[in-house]
Amino acid sequence: MSKTLLDIKNLRLSFFTPAGEVKALNDVSIKMDEGDVLGIVGESGSGKSVTAYAVMGLTAHPGKIVGGSIEFNGHRIHEKTEKEMRKIRGNEVSIIFQDPMTSLNPVYTIGNQICEVLLLHTQLNRQQAYARAAELLTLVGINEPEKRLKQYPHELSGGMRQRVMIAIALACEPKLLIADEPTTALDVTIQAQIMELMIDLKKKLNMSIIMITHDLGIVASMCSKIVVMYGGKVVETGTVEEIFYNPKHEYTKGLLKSIPKLDADKHEKLVPIEGTPVDMLNPPAGCPFAPRCGKCMKICLKKMPEFMNISDTHTSACWLNWKEEAENLKGGNSND
Amino acid sequence: MENRKNAISFHLDVSDFLPAEESEKQSMVVMRESTSFWKDGFRRLKKNKLAMISLFVIIVIFIMAFIVPSFYPYTYEQQIRGSENLGILEYSAQEKARMEDGESVFPHLLGTDSLGRDTMTRLLMGSRISLLVGIIASAIILVIGSTYGAIAGYFGGKVDMIMMRLVDVIYTVPDILIIILLSVTLKYPLKDLAAKVPGFQWIDTVGVGLISIFVVFSLLYWVGMSRIVRSQILTLKEQDYVVAAKALGAGSGRIIRKHLLTNSIGTLIVTTTLQIPASIFTESFLSFLGLGVSAPMPSLGSMASQAIGGISSYPVRLLAPAVMISLIILSFNLLGDGLRDAFDPKLKN
Amino acid sequence: MVVYAIKRVASAFVTLFAVATLTFFLMYLVPGGPFLAEKAPSPQTLKALEQKYGLDQPIMVQYGNYMKRLLMGDLGTSLKMRGQEINGIIFTRFPVSARLGAMAVLVAVCVGIPLGSVAALNRGKLPDNSIMFVATLGIAVPGFVVATVLMYTFGVKLHILPTYGLTSPLHYILPVSALAFYPTAYISRLMRSSMLDVLGQDYMRTARAKGISQFKTLFKHALRNAVLPVVTYLGPMLAYILTGSFVVEKIFTIPGLGSQFISSITDRDYPLIMGTTIFLAFLLITMNVIVDIAYKIIDPRIKLK
Repeated sequence: MSKTLLDIKNLRLSFFTPAGEVKALNDVSIKMDEGDVLGIVGESGSGKSVTAYAVMGLTAHPGKIVGGSIEFNGHRIHEKTEKEMRKIRGNEVSIIFQDPMTSLNPVYTIGNQICEVLLLHTQLNRQQAYARAAELLTLVGINEPEKRLKQYPHELSGGMRQRVMIAIALACEPKLLIADEPTTALDVTIQAQIMELMIDLKKKLNMSIIMITHDLGIVASMCSKIVVMYGGKVVETGTVEEIFYNPKHEYTKGLLKSIPKLDADKHEKLVPIEGTPVDMLNPPAGCPFAPRCGKCMKICLKKMPEFMNISDTHTSACWLNWKEEAENLKGGNSND
Repeated sequence: MENRKNAISFHLDVSDFLPAEESEKQSMVVMRESTSFWKDGFRRLKKNKLAMISLFVIIVIFIMAFIVPSFYPYTYEQQIRGSENLGILEYSAQEKARMEDGESVFPHLLGTDSLGRDTMTRLLMGSRISLLVGIIASAIILVIGSTYGAIAGYFGGKVDMIMMRLVDVIYTVPDILIIILLSVTLKYPLKDLAAKVPGFQWIDTVGVGLISIFVVFSLLYWVGMSRIVRSQILTLKEQDYVVAAKALGAGSGRIIRKHLLTNSIGTLIVTTTLQIPASIFTESFLSFLGLGVSAPMPSLGSMASQAIGGISSYPVRLLAPAVMISLIILSFNLLGDGLRDAFDPKLKN
Repeated sequence: MVVYAIKRVASAFVTLFAVATLTFFLMYLVPGGPFLAEKAPSPQTLKALEQKYGLDQPIMVQYGNYMKRLLMGDLGTSLKMRGQEINGIIFTRFPVSARLGAMAVLVAVCVGIPLGSVAALNRGKLPDNSIMFVATLGIAVPGFVVATVLMYTFGVKLHILPTYGLTSPLHYILPVSALAFYPTAYISRLMRSSMLDVLGQDYMRTARAKGISQFKTLFKHALRNAVLPVVTYLGPMLAYILTGSFVVEKIFTIPGLGSQFISSITDRDYPLIMGTTIFLAFLLITMNVIVDIAYKIIDPRIKLK
């Protein structure tokens, strides 16, 4: 029986900008057990990063949680003070960011930046921390750790910097590692290496990971559960198999269709999802995906779709699912 | 319609499940209207209250400096006997006598100096000098600097390297020292020129000090502008439309003029607008030290310098030019800042 | 690193050489040499003076002698101050100006950096707006205006601070403030934009994600990065302080090198003008070289050419 690690319930988060209230998260609910590798998928602006930052209490000004709750590892995050959050960040939950080139401070050595988090959250002294830092570098696959500790970020390649970021994130053995598009800024070959490293580390340390990405390929190779987000809402959740083999939401279906296939016919056109993303200042009353949906119905524009349980682990928020369900019942009834 | 696993929370209308019209979908999509670069920029500029006020102040000062003196009853070098050292709106004994005779005597709005010259007129003339210097100097810098920078940036390679080496050397030369030196020494050859060669008489009226300033600006101050233009050109050079123009057979001159410089105009305008107060700053500094325009032509700097001695008794003579020069420089700076914010949005934080 | 330093020093020499040559030939432009500028002495006296100062030699010989003397550090003798050695004059008056300048630099850095940081941290709010208002004034208003207004307000009207000379610590307040006004304003603005830039960087987010306090992220992570552009300003700031001292020393009647320079201009004491110019140029160029090399040491990111 797996313990629930993260329970986000009906989270609503807005950014109060001079232009108005940008409703970044509109009733988001995500649940995660220990040992899960959860993939959050969606395009830019869907709210996936905002959700992750909210878990860590890193919501940027002028953002505020306006409703719902976040429970992580027994903590009620949405009620914590900044001081209390500092003890949790880097310690029980840590994050690695998208761009390793800019995520490390250019004027301090690698050693300094790794030891910083160790000295902050553990009882190690400076010497011990330094030794541990060297261990961590080896763990993430960086050779000659002693030499690297004394180097500056600009002396390392992109892939190596991301490994350093991972080392910093793992230093205090967190229960949850959040990876916000960790490979988007890297070359494809390096991407593969980093992914391999993360899978390896997960097995070794039995970590829980939240993988935020727009790349379905990564999700397929790493994740056990998937959450699909669009326009500040969760539109579908399920296991990897359910999502890939039985997608129920039109957006999910569109995403899967738009992946270019190596074995496709030479003249086969790529299938994009038409239209532009939602205006978060004035989000529509109905389904956020409606204007771009090929099968949009009148009700989709008027009312927000409600979640339907397709299985114990698979939910989807789409009026088409309800219509289908109703038709199945009717068909079933008429057969009686 | 109910289902044991799922239940919808409200009553449904069957017609709602029909496919939606394209028009209904469009109404949900919000697009921002697009504008041109200039319209967008000017709109932003107009919103900037500080910049608009500065523009207004500059226009007022221009009118005061160039138009008003023609209508003013006093001239800048006119020394009125008996009216020395008057305070604000004060009348001398002779003037009072004339007023009793029925003559209307225009008041000395800011008093007079030790030679009986009306301070207000001199203030306006001094402002005119400052504005002229600012604009002409900046124009010189703009022309020399952008041409030099554009050529260096466009041709690149060896040409660029040599040209920029020269710029580096000029950059390291301490400019103020050279200006002072030049202002001191150019006087003589210029005076000679005025005396001996026909057609150069204007040198005397304008004043050798002023000409030295312009000479120095032309020799030294364009380097900053050339660097800015060069880096702009280097960035623009890589743009696709330049390659396209080349592919169509456009010559270098045409490319520089039509494509590169026109796209740099935003930066050029901002830099020039900010160069004006810098030039005025330098001119007033030099006049203060006694190296600018020659007497009796007033300059805001020299007026301030002459007023220090009488600072306790006649503070107006110091405060008037001080406030005026600060106002001019400040307005141009704020306008330049506003222009930069409006037309170079990438720089906005 | 060493290569860069050598290159930099070499180019400094080139500039200095150029300045010295320029100075010499400009002085030569003055017709009749330095003596005929005012009252013309009698022909015999003129001949004797010319011989004494070697002015009857052809120009290139004069130039050669001049450069030779320069290399030995000899700046010549003053014309108007009865044969006093220029070196002596400079070395008596320079320490006064140096002290004033150093204090101004200290004030500018110690006040400008915190002010700029406070403005950046309170962006858009009252502290930011008020600091930036004063700073904008500070960079727009010319030095002589600041100095004279300060003198008038505190010296004449309110009568609380002395405005003449440097005889007591109190005497330093007005001149140093006048001199430091512009650099402080400039550094505040520079620091503010640099700090805003740094605060938006990803590594600041990383620092927060580690659980580091706001305070520590500011001091350890932000400041160290934000201060870098200010270091590049040190060179130009020194140049400003140098020329600003001319004005300040004149207004507050301070016996420094600046006021000396100004009087030598009014007096047409050409050797003194030349000597002072070369000394000041040397000073400036040297300081710039030092600052450039120091900057390369401080910022580990700079790829050394």
